[in-house]
Amino acid sequence: MRKVISFILIVIIAVGAFSSLREIPFGATKSRVREYYLDNGIKQTGATNIVTSVVVNYRGFDTLGEVTVLFLASIGLSAVLYRKKEERRKKRRESSLILYTGCRFLFPLILLFGSYIFIHGHLTPGGGFQGGAIIASGFLLTMLGCWGWEGINRNRFKITESLSGLAFVVVGLLGLLYGGYFLFNYLPKGIPNQLFSAGIIPLVYIAIGFKVGSEIAGIINDMVRSG
Amino acid sequence: MIILEIILVFVMLVGAVAAGVFKDLLNAVIAAGFVSFIAAILFYFLHAPDVAMAEASIGAALTVAIFIIAIKKTKRSEEDEEGN
Repeated sequence: MRKVISFILIVIIAVGAFSSLREIPFGATKSRVREYYLDNGIKQTGATNIVTSVVVNYRGFDTLGEVTVLFLASIGLSAVLYRKKEERRKKRRESSLILYTGCRFLFPLILLFGSYIFIHGHLTPGGGFQGGAIIASGFLLTMLGCWGWEGINRNRFKITESLSGLAFVVVGLLGLLYGGYFLFNYLPKGIPNQLFSAGIIPLVYIAIGFKVGSEIAGIINDMVRSG
Repeated sequence: MIILEIILVFVMLVGAVAAGVFKDLLNAVIAAGFVSFIAAILFYFLHAPDVAMAEASIGAALTVAIFIIAIKKTKRSEEDEEGN
């Protein structure tokens, strides 16, 4: 019976998707907003990476919502996994000298690469989310290799996360003050293709990079620490 | 190049089906990470390096790590469902 019902539901979904998508030819350029971004993106925002100019400038408010969703997920996970009393867990084997040294050597390089990606978000592919994820994978490496499974003090992650989220909102609100709407690009746009260009986009992406990095690293840290 | 993309799509399909079929959850997680990895390569071929970076770092590395930690703390193999 359940199989029949799920089969009928799948058929209904398939018919609905087919009938709504049948009118649109595959790969056709129906929307004109894409041409608008490609033609005016560099002129209006100063960012050579059009994806960044859409994510942070044209659709900056949506990005704030996206970051908030990640924040809520991280907070919820720590609330579920929180334990007041740290119970004694069994002793883990110490990592070998080669693993320890290699991990200590790689960790700053991974942090540097992640920071490079989010600082250069308006010039090259990548940005806050990608750089933050790379930084979090660096923290994962240290938890596997050199600091052991004991984890790091979770408050440090929470403080970094809150401060960078606050920085994003403050930068946006200053736009409200200067230009009349949230995330208005009030700083000088500069010359495209230079590091100091594109107004507030690098500032926002640095804030997002810190936020995403500390959130995902905090999630992994909570998972590692919980029992 | 288009042949390589077609091969990658089929390998990705095999990985996706394997992720659903495996009873050993560790193998299933690794298959899912493999699917993400191929997806990242395909995004790169489709001229979307931003998405490729996000997919490679989150889908292929961090999600797999989180799932492996979760499996380590629970059970490794899936049990057959009762009833139906």
